Amino acid sequence: MRVELVKRPQHSTLFSMLSPLIALALTVVAGGVLFAALGHNPFAALHSYFVTPISGIWDSDQIWQLHKLAIKAAPLILIAVGLAVCYQSNNWNIGAEGQLIMGAVAGSLIPILFPGFQNALTLPLMLLAGALGGAAYGAIPALLKTRFNTNEILTSLMLVYVAQLFVDWLARGVFRDPNGNNFPGSVRFSPAARVPEIYPPQGDAHWGVVLAIVVAVLVWLMLSRTLKGFEVKVLGGSPRAGRFAGFNAKGMVFFAFLLSGALAGLAGIIEVAGPTGQLREVISPGYGFAAIIVAFLGRLNPLGIIAAGLVLALTYIGGEEAQIVFGISDKVARVFQGMLLFFVLGCDTLIHYRIRLIGFGTAKAGEGN
Amino acid sequence: MEIAESILLTIATAATPLLIAAIGELVVERSGVLNLGVEGMMVMGAVCGFAAAILTGSPWVGMLAGILAGAVFSLLFGFLTLSIATNQVATGLSLTLLGLGLSGMIGESFVGMAGIKLPTLHIPGLSDLPLIGKLFFGQDPIFYISLALTAAVIWFLFRTRTGLTLRSIGDNHTSAHALGIPVIRYRYLAVIFGGACAGLAGAHLSLVYTPQWVENMTAGRGWIALALVVFASWRPLRVLAGAYLFGAVTIGQLHAQALGLGIPSQLLSSLPYLATVVVLVLISRNRRLTMINTPASLGHPFVPDR
Amino acid sequence: MRYATVAPTMLCGNRKKTMGGVVETTLATNGSSLLEVRGLTKIFGTLKACDNVDLTIGKGEIHALLGENGAGKSTLVKMLFGSLEPYSGEILWNGKAVTISSPSIAKKLGIGMVFQHFSLFEALSAAENIALSLDDKTPISTIAAKAQALSYSYGLPLDPYAMVGDLSVGERQRIEIIRCLLQTPDLIILDEPTSVLTPQEADKLFETLERLRSEGKSILYISHRLEEVKRMCDGATVMRHGKVVGHCDPRQETAASLARMMVGSEVQAVVRAPVEGIETAAPLLEIGGLSRQPATPFSMSLKDIRLNVRAGEVIGVAGVAGNGQGEFFEAISGEALQDEAGTIRIRGEDAGRLSITGRRLLGAAFVPEERLGHGAAPRMKLSENLLLSRYATDGKAFVGAMGLVKTSSVDAAAQRIVEVMDVRKSARDPEAAALSGGNLQKFIVGRELDRSPTVMVVNQPTWGVDAGAAAKIRQSLIELARSGSAVLIISQDLDELFEISDAIAVMHNGELSKPMPIAEATLEKIGLLMGGAEPGHVEHVKEAI
Repeated sequence: MRVELVKRPQHSTLFSMLSPLIALALTVVAGGVLFAALGHNPFAALHSYFVTPISGIWDSDQIWQLHKLAIKAAPLILIAVGLAVCYQSNNWNIGAEGQLIMGAVAGSLIPILFPGFQNALTLPLMLLAGALGGAAYGAIPALLKTRFNTNEILTSLMLVYVAQLFVDWLARGVFRDPNGNNFPGSVRFSPAARVPEIYPPQGDAHWGVVLAIVVAVLVWLMLSRTLKGFEVKVLGGSPRAGRFAGFNAKGMVFFAFLLSGALAGLAGIIEVAGPTGQLREVISPGYGFAAIIVAFLGRLNPLGIIAAGLVLALTYIGGEEAQIVFGISDKVARVFQGMLLFFVLGCDTLIHYRIRLIGFGTAKAGEGN
Repeated sequence: MEIAESILLTIATAATPLLIAAIGELVVERSGVLNLGVEGMMVMGAVCGFAAAILTGSPWVGMLAGILAGAVFSLLFGFLTLSIATNQVATGLSLTLLGLGLSGMIGESFVGMAGIKLPTLHIPGLSDLPLIGKLFFGQDPIFYISLALTAAVIWFLFRTRTGLTLRSIGDNHTSAHALGIPVIRYRYLAVIFGGACAGLAGAHLSLVYTPQWVENMTAGRGWIALALVVFASWRPLRVLAGAYLFGAVTIGQLHAQALGLGIPSQLLSSLPYLATVVVLVLISRNRRLTMINTPASLGHPFVPDR
Repeated sequence: MRYATVAPTMLCGNRKKTMGGVVETTLATNGSSLLEVRGLTKIFGTLKACDNVDLTIGKGEIHALLGENGAGKSTLVKMLFGSLEPYSGEILWNGKAVTISSPSIAKKLGIGMVFQHFSLFEALSAAENIALSLDDKTPISTIAAKAQALSYSYGLPLDPYAMVGDLSVGERQRIEIIRCLLQTPDLIILDEPTSVLTPQEADKLFETLERLRSEGKSILYISHRLEEVKRMCDGATVMRHGKVVGHCDPRQETAASLARMMVGSEVQAVVRAPVEGIETAAPLLEIGGLSRQPATPFSMSLKDIRLNVRAGEVIGVAGVAGNGQGEFFEAISGEALQDEAGTIRIRGEDAGRLSITGRRLLGAAFVPEERLGHGAAPRMKLSENLLLSRYATDGKAFVGAMGLVKTSSVDAAAQRIVEVMDVRKSARDPEAAALSGGNLQKFIVGRELDRSPTVMVVNQPTWGVDAGAAAKIRQSLIELARSGSAVLIISQDLDELFEISDAIAVMHNGELSKPMPIAEATLEKIGLLMGGAEPGHVEHVKEAI
């Protein structure tokens, strides 16, 4: 059998909407098969994976679960929104994880080096420092790409490993809490240096969640309504037409990397100043990479990314749930995430092509007039 | 003398997986396909190779399992990018992400188990020669495979008609298609070959380099292999040189750590990654040269008219 | 078909009128036919690219396949060469039905092809390129020797070890032809072979073709250049909108009658009134000593180019593709900057250091050669493509506070251009890629004309555009000049340049000759300059040849 692609004259609006949903459905089916293969009842396992964590929607006793979901989704949304700008402009930043770490480090400098500095400015300055740290780290691959023509995929990724080792050194070395019983990790941040929770009686979701959504909406406005957004799309889709338009391709590399770096850095400092409360040797469970999936699942549209971020957050929370209930390895979460991206990319083909399957015997099976 | 010998040996061991994975990717990229999933295929090769060796008790079966795992896994990438023309960069990334996730799940029950090492060659007399004896005549089988593979790829690419055809596809898939060359079939074969190589490289890690299974044990080697291909301007001999250079950097920093020079171990550990960045910068600076050497259709999806 | 019923004498062969008033041509099917095609049809989506096409080629015949851009010629020959799969219909080879499912089967049958857009590999040598289309395992050195011998015997000298990327278009075509001949085909298909040649090189090609005919080979010659078809071809098949509209003997026809068959109606001739006193008009575009290093390994350097374009005139730049025209365009447009600001002056202002946006703001407008991907972003809507070149010059109208795009006014302007230029499209605001070449080109030219630019620079204004759209574009460019703007046209199509230019300069190997007033210019003189003759020594070279 052979697969044949027939180009659509225009991209299909229908499939632009449907493709993430089809991908999601396929992932759930594949997940069921996976659970069955592992010897579990696929329906029960899928229920605990995908339904229990969101049961707060109809069961007020479970609302804390939704808060957990939002906490996980916030950094994913922040990072993915920045990545969407990168990928739409054809800049392949895959080093968001490193930028997140460096943002967290930069933001943490304030509470670690100046623990006495506690007032209303503490947190805003930390957030600013976090964004700057992430942006500065993102500027490295941008600089190397524009100045030396270096492949940004490889450099941004290599810098992730460097950042991971760097924060490991900080948390075990210079920044280690002297009163921490030799455990790695900095001093715990003071309340003034923490991201406050929105409504503590209900759950522990913090204001970072709101910030993520606000940022997503702003970037959506930028991409869809402004000349800058137009520039992003033109330079990404047809670089030569972008040059003809008079847009600055090198400037766009910096714009995309600085923006995505800043947002990743912001996610990093929010993570540290939010749920964690100290700088540890490991900051994120791979948010920087999962956000790549979020960006594609959201079809590189910031509003879509809000929804996609919640879906990916669900795979993390669901993974924990399934581990508790069924003893299924929490590693399964990353398998789900990987499969999801595969299916998303596959389904995206439907937007620009119709797919024809051609059997060996029916070489001429075409559609009629 | 013995220290020198052991350092050379460990450099060769560190370089071998990089060489194999990079040589495989070189063939893939010469056909015009950019597979960023090397890390994922490699880690799948590592876990499957390890598991198969434990389950059967034979490291040889493990090695074959690693090759097979890499090849099968690469088919996923092949189907998406070649049959349904998805974006190669994104698909390669997703292969890596899925590979890291899947290997973690498969390998969970093998964590902490002692592995089975592939036996090393021993030729009485030759293996006992000073300095070079062990280096040339006393290594693991995958070391010899890596060298044979490099030679075979050079011969294939530059001495055979099929190799010429493969290079022509990488240069211009539209022209190749117009001449009746089955572009997609060639690319599938190249992708599978690249996957098998990455799988073998992974199996080397879990059966020779450090015979055990640790999650994410490839630690970016797949990405370094990708960088090596760029560094080598798509030429196999330079891949060989690059792999040994990186082997030397890796071993050098390990020895420096062991000596305890007061340099933070994390800084030393990050040297191979920093070296990769530096090397990429040096090689990419010359825009003209890069442009001449890069396969012209690299990364561009191909959809034939029918 | 309509045309055929009006003037049935155009057709040869046995005809009978069917009920629908359609003339059906029964083709000669005696033993002398090499290839016979019956009812071949190809459908892309909803478009019938070839609709029930019949074609017969005799042994030792040079047969022309005529038609406008988009008539279906290329689709037809791709099916004959096995690159495309027919939807229905049959192909007879030496009287036997065959299925040509791949180019290698075509080659085995004895069909060779010289592609319009060469199917060559730039990073490989000529000999390697040739080896790739031969199925046997002959060593490259043997192939190189054979190719060289053959090339000299046909007077098409070739260095088999040269890298294709370093060769000129004419040399590349030689490789294609030699590659084809080495397969000893019985039928050679040439797709628009002269579009990349100077008139003199074309003559050389015709000699080669005559010789092949005398050796008993058949040739299917695809062209829209009617004079050469009349001169050389024994029979012709004319296509329009995917259908065969007639078979004829081109020697019995006039260029005008062939053109009518191709287009289906009278072709609107372009009107170019001569202008007075251009010499005294102000130069609006001044290029003084423009030099440029090659930007990429395969591009051309520019050497001390000097040219003035005055208000009211159209200057044409002729030249074989790949002689620096693209680099020249980029330098004028500001996509590539000059070292000295005074090298390029627009309306008397130094513009050499200004970006393309800065030059646009001085009143210049540009239309590049590539429509999709350079002049327009393929996956963007027409209105967005309007914004592409106009966001700065029409900043007030199209962009509001905080960089917000005023979608409705952009949209209105796009619709206005569509109206003025008669752009045919399937949706209100379709993606650029969804338009036919001619319609998209009308939109892109119209987008710039809509600003009434003082300086207009166009690279290949009608390349791959149908006759109606081409006439519309050419006329509008002349009118722009006559309204007081300076117009510079870079084109490979000599007929076009003679039709619209007031003077023609020739670009060869990165150098530009002095513009020759149209009254003095002849095809032959311009052709010699295109081939590299020293400007001013044209007469000399002619004698030497």
